[in-house]
Amino acid sequence: MKHIELEQQGAVGRSPPRKDGADKVTGRARYLDDLNFPGQLWGRTVRSHVAHGRIREIVWDAAFDWTDVVRVTAADIPGENVVHLIEDDQPMLAADVVRHREEPIALLACADREKLEEALAHVRVEIEELEPVLDPLRSTVVFKSYRIEQAPQGLAQAFADARVIEGTYRVGHQEQMYIEPQAVAAIPREDGGITIYGSMQCPFYVHRALQRLLRLDDSQVAVIQVVTGGGFGGKEDYPSVISGHAALLARKARRPVKMIYKREEDVAATTKRHPAVMKYRTAVEADGTLVALEAEIVMDGGAYVTLSPVVASRGVLHAGGAYRWRHARIDCRVVQTHTPPNGAFRGFGVPQTMFAIESHMERVAVALGIDPLELRRKNALQIGDELPTGQKLTSSVSAREVLDVVAARSDYARKRKEYGRSVGEKRRGIGISLAFHGAGFTGTGEVKLKPRAGVELTDRGARVLSVSTDIGQGTITVFSQMAADALGLALDDVEVAENDTSKMPDSGPTVASRTTMVVGGTITRAAAAMARILQGYVAQVHDVPAAEVSCAGGIFSARGRALAPFAAIAKRYLQERGSLRIIENYRHPPEIRFDDATYRGDAYPCYGWAATAVEVEVDLDTYEISLLDVSTATDVGRAIHPVLAEGQVEGGTVQALGYALLEEHVWDQRGRLLNTRMQNYVIPTALDVPRMHTTLLENPYPSGPYGAKGLGELPMDGPAPAVVGAVLHATGKLIPEIPLSPDRVMRAVLS
Amino acid sequence: MKLTVNGVPRSFEAPPLKRLLDVLREDLGLTGTKEGCGEGECGACSVLIDGELVNSCLVAVCQADGCSVLTVEGVARNGDLAPVQKCFLDRGGAQCGICTPGMIVAAHRFLECGLPATNENVREAIAGNLCRCTGYAKIVEAIQLAAGQRS
Amino acid sequence: MIPVTSARSLSEAYAILHQRPRGLRVLAGGTDLMVAVNARAGLDRIGHVLDIWKVPELRGISGAGGSLRIGALTTYTELMRSREIATHLPALALVSREVGAWAIQNRGTIGGNVCNASPAGDTLPLLLAAEATFLLGGPRGERTVAAHEFFVGYRKTALGADELLLRVDIPLIEKSHLVYRKVGTRKAQSISRTIVAVRKLAPRDVRIAAGCVAPIPLRCRNAEKAVAAGGDVRAALEQDITPIDDVRATAVYRSRVTGNVLLRLLG
Ligand SMILES: Cc1cc2nc3c(=O)[nH]c(=O)nc-3n(C[C@H](O)[C@H](O)[C@H](O)COP(=O)(O)OP(=O)(O)OC[C@H]3O[C@@H](n4cnc5c(N)ncnc54)[C@H](O)[C@@H]3O)c2cc1C
Ligand code: FES
Ligand code: FES
Repeated sequence: MKHIELEQQGAVGRSPPRKDGADKVTGRARYLDDLNFPGQLWGRTVRSHVAHGRIREIVWDAAFDWTDVVRVTAADIPGENVVHLIEDDQPMLAADVVRHREEPIALLACADREKLEEALAHVRVEIEELEPVLDPLRSTVVFKSYRIEQAPQGLAQAFADARVIEGTYRVGHQEQMYIEPQAVAAIPREDGGITIYGSMQCPFYVHRALQRLLRLDDSQVAVIQVVTGGGFGGKEDYPSVISGHAALLARKARRPVKMIYKREEDVAATTKRHPAVMKYRTAVEADGTLVALEAEIVMDGGAYVTLSPVVASRGVLHAGGAYRWRHARIDCRVVQTHTPPNGAFRGFGVPQTMFAIESHMERVAVALGIDPLELRRKNALQIGDELPTGQKLTSSVSAREVLDVVAARSDYARKRKEYGRSVGEKRRGIGISLAFHGAGFTGTGEVKLKPRAGVELTDRGARVLSVSTDIGQGTITVFSQMAADALGLALDDVEVAENDTSKMPDSGPTVASRTTMVVGGTITRAAAAMARILQGYVAQVHDVPAAEVSCAGGIFSARGRALAPFAAIAKRYLQERGSLRIIENYRHPPEIRFDDATYRGDAYPCYGWAATAVEVEVDLDTYEISLLDVSTATDVGRAIHPVLAEGQVEGGTVQALGYALLEEHVWDQRGRLLNTRMQNYVIPTALDVPRMHTTLLENPYPSGPYGAKGLGELPMDGPAPAVVGAVLHATGKLIPEIPLSPDRVMRAVLS
Repeated sequence: MKLTVNGVPRSFEAPPLKRLLDVLREDLGLTGTKEGCGEGECGACSVLIDGELVNSCLVAVCQADGCSVLTVEGVARNGDLAPVQKCFLDRGGAQCGICTPGMIVAAHRFLECGLPATNENVREAIAGNLCRCTGYAKIVEAIQLAAGQRS
Repeated sequence: MIPVTSARSLSEAYAILHQRPRGLRVLAGGTDLMVAVNARAGLDRIGHVLDIWKVPELRGISGAGGSLRIGALTTYTELMRSREIATHLPALALVSREVGAWAIQNRGTIGGNVCNASPAGDTLPLLLAAEATFLLGGPRGERTVAAHEFFVGYRKTALGADELLLRVDIPLIEKSHLVYRKVGTRKAQSISRTIVAVRKLAPRDVRIAAGCVAPIPLRCRNAEKAVAAGGDVRAALEQDITPIDDVRATAVYRSRVTGNVLLRLLG
């Protein structure tokens, strides 16, 4: 790893054990299912058995003893029957029309889980079935559409003058498949309010959804994230639904209600990655120079809008890939189908469009007879280039560098030559892809959100204040490192406050690769402000000039003379002045400007860059693909915690390899999902992936904390098309659709 | 019914088909063992019965009556982290942590069995433990590191 | 609450079988049955469970009298560790290593695989190709059924309501050679898309069986004849198999790949 040892002393740039690690390796960490609440009931959901229809009646079996079962329907909702998000079109409980299978219609709670299961079997919902729309290309309901254009007046001419290469690319649903299913508990309060404990990414989403649903004011809701067993976007918006349900039951029962989805229910009912059909048409010069791009992207949003507009937006903004285009017109629409709403999943629209553009680059390379790595290097974005939105890249661009590193690391040139000659039933190939990913919210998102975060003084150090959740990626540790260095404290003396919406500032949702860069930056500034105040205080107490006071390793000193330990100063400060709490607003770099109406400008303050090389062996007897080697190079700006950063890269890469090779949802003609189990929706095991070569590069983002930029999603973007390239190299067939299941490989090879 | 759990004899009443997983979590208060699927696929519920790795979601408690069970809570000794747990910490083998208890138990069993800690062997030993966060790389490294320290 | 009898000997087990309680189900390693119980699938049809996990008579592997005798409760792990299996039928150890992963291999039994009678049961094509026989027993006595007569329909077997599978017997034939290939959904914890086994007795004298290509694990007699006659084996195999589309693979894939794999195994 290329690693700049700037602050030898500090925590940033080093890899101490994660703060929540000891609890996790000993089994002490308490997830939602590990918590019990006095007098608790268990909740279950009555769901639609059709994809589209009109509810006629909910029939409660009169022969069943309902006395100790709490029942809730839409009629019990005190506020608005919506899952509040962008458009508020999704009901918390369907009352008249159902728009997807497994849509929630009624709720049950009971103290006895056995009885609860029986009760569920004694409710029947009569639904008049309507024809479902399942094919997004046939859907006439458009949730949102976008167009991005760059010098469009020259498009026609460009296509007339240069070689035209076209292709259509398809991706299906992908399941987040966090190992801990959706889980919450709702506790009714004396004041009519509600407290939620849950497994989630975005406590304030839940907070606001509950206010609308239950007609509560801000102070009547508290949402507390507990240790969360994976999210990947799947616990971005869905927790609002299950929390709403648990809250409705708890209010009616006047008792705590715990709801934990069974795996099959979780897979069948909750959000997934958006499927997409992407038509690309490009004009390319004979030497490989990319000239013009036209793309038409259709995403399947599922039954309700939920997060689709923002997913599609991010997808379309990355649709041109990490390349320079003189002219571009990119159209995207996200439409309704009668399947469960598709939502957030690591990458958020980008894995789809990156799959299309990167597979298309393979097609271009074949058409022009150019090595695909050379083609990418030649057109890769550099400082000074413009994106299709007109954004001029001014700093922290590493497209070529990551390609070069990964090419060297994977021994690309040699393998490209050698494998090209393989014969027999086992064919080897190597492929490379280039990806980039905008960090933080799209466009004016951060400015509108006005995220806030901060620190407060404790009697031994500091406590970080935010609602940014640690869902495994290491937020708690990374925030502590940043604050520790800004204050000159040892890592152990910084803690992170419990994630509670009734006590913490709203630092925004834990999504969009924004946590380290945006929230971490805000925390770092708050910590620096606190450091200045304490320096002033120390100066006063010890009668030295404030400018000369500094703190390192938990000791205040001036002119090389130790004055007092941090803890002593903190105690004294707190005694004298009560408390010290600093909350900062996120400061958006003023030069970053975006126009939401025209989709012109700086869509993201900066981008992360990654290249992936994948080596495969294709068995022409069984059409199975084995991975032989995977190398990645990723520019993260600054690796605050290299081990955690590598963990993000490796974990994301394997999710992407699952997307490329294994993971596929199968639906029947009536919109029912057929593989809802871990047994038949298969994700990679340890044996399905080879040892990986992970290289982190640090090309700092000047406005990011310590130079860091977003990282969480980037690793999800590139691996799938790298596999496509490798399979093309091995078999001579470009397969424009994932997963590259043996069935699909067979059809391609035999065609 | 009787079990020796993490070296401690325990007795309790439970329906014979109750899953060992639920007995551990509900009757014995050992919530370290997790449930991810309830069908033997994910390995989050891994424990050892008489030294052998099993999915506790597939074991009816009547079948474990009289046996000795090791759960994640029993891997640490006298309050100190076991070397394999320390290696998971050092190498970043745990992210969200929900697979970790099962992984630790599977890793512990692998280290006990004395097979050489090659990449292949380690991966085979944890192939029944799904992790969606780490991509397994750091877990394999951690187990290899622990194996190196043993020998 | 479903009553369970945990038998500690064969005679205790037979005593329960003799009573023939309604909805009796046998529980061995539980890796199939407990999945169904947990999913509440067919729970109302289970009236009584006979747990045989600790019946010592059903364990053990021996190589006596020209055949390999494998107790019904033998786990995959035991098959992998057995000296007898390694010497006489290494393919059975290899396929065991491809079943599930360690935790499943420690509990799953060969008897459970046979009695569960899934067309995707991984040992079953090997047992069919090896011309195994199954020793069944109960309060009314014992009998032997050939593997190819045991599987009578989709997850239906010749096992009587008061019978247990006691043992799997595999005839040892000098110089014969059992090979197989499992094509699964992934590299572990994987259900087969297709699985083919071939026992080679002589270059043109082979036994062929396949899984996941019909409602039952299947002996492929037409393919065997084609090998003997030097005919078109792939075409003959098509006569044997009736694959379907499911979430794991298409029928077209199954038939093509089963043919490819068979030809490769035949060499
Ligand atoms: C995660 C996972 C992965 C798996 N992977 C594979 C795989 O790769 N390949 C594969 O083939 N299978 C696989 N299986 C299925 C299962 O493990 C095997 O079929 C195993 O052999 C079943 O044995 P058991 O002892 O656990 O059966 P049990 O569940 O105890 O019983 C299965 C059935 O057989 C009956 N039965 C069992 N023993 C007897 C007996 N002696 N006499 C009469 N009836 C009996 C039971 O009543 C029941 O109906 C997998 C299962 C899981 C959960
Ligand atoms: S919960 Fe037991 S294997 Fe998943
Ligand atoms: S650490 Fe999250 S599933 Fe493994």
